[in-house]
Amino acid sequence: MPCIEENYDVCVVGAGHAGCEAALAAARLGFETILFTVSIDSIAMMPCNPNIGGSSKGHLVREIDALGGEMGKNIDKTFIQSKMLNRSKGPAVHSLRAQADKLSYTTEMRNTLQSAEHLTIRQAEAVEILTEDAREGYRITGLKTVSGGTYFCKAVILCTGTYLNARCLTGEMVTQTGPNGLQAANHLTDSLKAHNIEIYRFKTGTPARIDRRSIDFSKMKEQFGDKTVVPFSFTTDPADVQIDQVSCWLTYTNEETHEIIRQNLDRSPLFAGVIEGTGPRYCPSIEDKVVKFADKDRHQVFIEPEGLHTNEMYISGMSSSLPEDVQKKMYRTVPGLEHAKIVRNAYAIEYDCINPNQLNPSLEFKTIRGLFCAGQLNGSSGYEEAACQGLVAGINACRYIQEKEPLILDRSEAYIGVLIDDLVTKENREPYRMMTSRAEYRLLLRQDNADLRLTKKGYEIGLIPKSRYDWVVEKERLIEQETKRVATVLVGANQTVQALLTSYGSIPLNTGTSLTELIRRPELNYDLLAPIDPGRPALPAEVTEQVNINIKYEGYISRQIKQVAQFKKLEKKKLPQSLDYSEIHGLRKEAIQKLNQIKPVSIGQASRISGVSPADLSVILVYLEQQKQREKNDR
Amino acid sequence: MGTDTIAAIATALTNAGLGIIRLSGQTAIETADKIVRLKCGKPVSACGSHTIHYGFVKEGERTVDEVMVALMKAPNSYTREDTVEINCHGGVLVMQQILGLLLKNGARPAEPGEFTKRAFLNGRIDLAQAESVMDVIQAQNDFALKASMDQLKGKVSDTIRKLREEILYELAYIESALDDPEHYELDQYGSRLLQKTEHSLEAIRRLLLNAENGFVLKEGIHTVIVGKPNSGKSSLLNALTGTDRAIVTDIAGTTRDAIEEQIRLNGISLHVTDTAGIRMTDDEVERIGVERAKEYIEKSDLVIYVVDASVPLDRDDLEIAERIRDRNVIVLLNKSDLDAVVTREDITEILDQTVLTVSAKYGEGIEQLEHTVEELFFHDRIRCNDEVFITNERHKASLRNAEKSLCMVKQSIADGMPEDFYTIDLMDAYRELGSVIGEEVADDLVNEIFSKFCMGK
Repeated sequence: MPCIEENYDVCVVGAGHAGCEAALAAARLGFETILFTVSIDSIAMMPCNPNIGGSSKGHLVREIDALGGEMGKNIDKTFIQSKMLNRSKGPAVHSLRAQADKLSYTTEMRNTLQSAEHLTIRQAEAVEILTEDAREGYRITGLKTVSGGTYFCKAVILCTGTYLNARCLTGEMVTQTGPNGLQAANHLTDSLKAHNIEIYRFKTGTPARIDRRSIDFSKMKEQFGDKTVVPFSFTTDPADVQIDQVSCWLTYTNEETHEIIRQNLDRSPLFAGVIEGTGPRYCPSIEDKVVKFADKDRHQVFIEPEGLHTNEMYISGMSSSLPEDVQKKMYRTVPGLEHAKIVRNAYAIEYDCINPNQLNPSLEFKTIRGLFCAGQLNGSSGYEEAACQGLVAGINACRYIQEKEPLILDRSEAYIGVLIDDLVTKENREPYRMMTSRAEYRLLLRQDNADLRLTKKGYEIGLIPKSRYDWVVEKERLIEQETKRVATVLVGANQTVQALLTSYGSIPLNTGTSLTELIRRPELNYDLLAPIDPGRPALPAEVTEQVNINIKYEGYISRQIKQVAQFKKLEKKKLPQSLDYSEIHGLRKEAIQKLNQIKPVSIGQASRISGVSPADLSVILVYLEQQKQREKNDR
Repeated sequence: MGTDTIAAIATALTNAGLGIIRLSGQTAIETADKIVRLKCGKPVSACGSHTIHYGFVKEGERTVDEVMVALMKAPNSYTREDTVEINCHGGVLVMQQILGLLLKNGARPAEPGEFTKRAFLNGRIDLAQAESVMDVIQAQNDFALKASMDQLKGKVSDTIRKLREEILYELAYIESALDDPEHYELDQYGSRLLQKTEHSLEAIRRLLLNAENGFVLKEGIHTVIVGKPNSGKSSLLNALTGTDRAIVTDIAGTTRDAIEEQIRLNGISLHVTDTAGIRMTDDEVERIGVERAKEYIEKSDLVIYVVDASVPLDRDDLEIAERIRDRNVIVLLNKSDLDAVVTREDITEILDQTVLTVSAKYGEGIEQLEHTVEELFFHDRIRCNDEVFITNERHKASLRNAEKSLCMVKQSIADGMPEDFYTIDLMDAYRELGSVIGEEVADDLVNEIFSKFCMGK
């Protein structure tokens, strides 16, 4: 049977949040790119929660934006409510979260893709990767679709999300489908296995959607958006995002809810052992929560709109795989949901993903040159986690073709770096969710300074225009200049000053001091001191925010910078990829096996492999030292 | 990493009573067999692990020395390799001969610290233990040895591991609360953490305090010998050390500056400083020496005040007595071999302290002095307890850093900082503690450690 044959530089499989970023990055870098999806209508679909961002995920979106990705811009165009979370905590954990109008989100992203140069969109299921033998493995040559079409290319990026051999479960009812009843992809896994790729089986879940008209909001607490909205993208004019926002609602489960769940646990596929996959500990189903936090008599339930043009409300905090009849009973115990009408059932979904330890930090397979992998296929969970991997994989597929060094962000540079390092280094037996706690150097990796951290890299890669680069350089200069100026502004113990201090509950001055010292006081900040700083220049808020943070938290920031310096020392101790760890005398068996599997690029990465102890590392250090001695002697 | 056989003299190269030559590696037993004839007639290789045998080291038919041979088979030895220890009669010459024989028969000389390096590489000991081996080597007395032995058994490691666990729990709690504020409460957390931090600080300070004691033990008790010129201070030092280190003449004022010496008295190390005689003087050089003597007294743990019993007490003696009144003092009535004009009572009149009669020149009464020192310090001042000692400078520095970090946590709590700021310093404390027991790896650590080991171990 004659089949079509086409040629591209890059093939991207899957048009979810990872696939969209990957395809856009490759096309924007000038590479002929084709994006495959099982359904054009599901481009950038949000099959689960209707929001972008949230604790630590908001950081990811800002980093994506600083590197030249699309997610931040897209949500700025389509959000219906926005909130900066954790404002009462330190700046490291401030995080943006926006409710999306789901339909607009996918439509906008689809428009962006459709208008991108060098990008072709194709509705087709990819079933096979094509490779040729190469030194120590394979090299990618293209891929095949279910209809027999062959697409030759230099690099393939797999972003199959939760579609591989997917099945959805609602109690006893099981369907062989992807999310939202979409067609699953049942062939690609075999092709991956044939290339010695190790496959895991993961699961995740989503709550029910309930008809807004059946909800009694008077029994719930209204949750408003922020008065002043901060945009996600550094390119969005803040004036453009001050829109009329919709509300979310807060209610709680109760003992009755929990009792129904406990009595029907045997009908939950998760607890009945029907599900083989491992679920995310940090995004637990309501069944998980009732079992894990047995002493809690209630759990939060947020009711969130799915968009402006739908009646569906997302029941956040109550994802479940219990049967339909139990779901109905369970949801109706929640205050305000007594008469709830379910539009879509909650369900759990099980899918194939790879063991990401098989990837380099560039997201390329160690043994298949030109094959990249991103998103939930790598065992992560969440739109933002997927998108940032897609961006990195897209960039690195291009750099692979160009024979350039890959973009690898380390743990001290970005949450993206933390996420990828964790995926490729650590043992992941459950869907990986980004969390603030995973970033050791979070005081330096704030959402407010993502542009300062990454814009220059984005520019070097080619995804950030010169004008944005220039602004970041100028911004740095202004921050430095203003920080210096503030230190030289002396404040006397005069009446105006004392009155101002007293009005904020701050202790009056005994003698004169610098403005810097006053900014450091917990109850004061840069902005509040404007009245006693007559020489203050007019500066953009994004500049003064940095000045304020740098001064207020200087001691902590400098201690964290020291920690990073220590960290970098070990990252700089490179380990040869050719090293056979079984030849190092004194390493424990488990360590040898793990080290040979992961082939860490540095002592630093090796130190994060579970099963490799500090003693093992010392042995490797001693070994390296000996090798150095030996080489010296040979010379 | 080769498993070739290494050999070295494990004891100090002095003419001590006994010496040990250690042999470790794949062919250690074989090599020993080539030079040892056991009385029982069996070859060493036929003996069981952890047995000790009487025999001779032979070079051909010539007997080099009468020895005891101890055998420890892999993996139950210090290095986890086959190990043989040859206990011979000390004596530099004999030890070197035996070592030479071993080298001729297949062993190679061990590099500094190589035995311990092997033990470490073979997973026998963690870093803290490896480092305390150094202290074993350097420990100059039985008491310090005990401190080192405790550390070897992992006492420091256990204490610190526990501290780390506690800190890690708090770190994990704060981070859980950041990620799941619904289920982890941070209300009032600051005051809870404050309590725990105080508790950890207390434990660290106890370790540090003991470390200071450990330091004293290692370096010896700081002892200052004082007295008027020509009262016999230098003779005393010589009597104690058995060498002529200090210049002993009959001319008053010979020792113009301090002489320092490490002395072992019944298992206690004394770090002895022999000072210039204290008297009114116009000599500029001697005056500086006298000034310095006064400084030493201020810093000392023990003062030995030597009084010439053949010369009457004078103003200088009163001056000295005044200066040392509130220190631990042993007064020695020296030159008991000559006609005494100063009596015990004369001394107790100006200074209420222990008085002993000695003749430094002829070594009389020295034993009693040793006994008194032991009484004074071993039982009274420094208790021989089971507390943990840190005797290593690197450990101490890490502990001090951990202490500093925890103090900053306290400061953050007092300043009302948000909880996520606590974690930065908690993490630093956690890491510093980890570096003491080798659970944190610094890039340059391993080399630093092994380079410090001395030959033989």
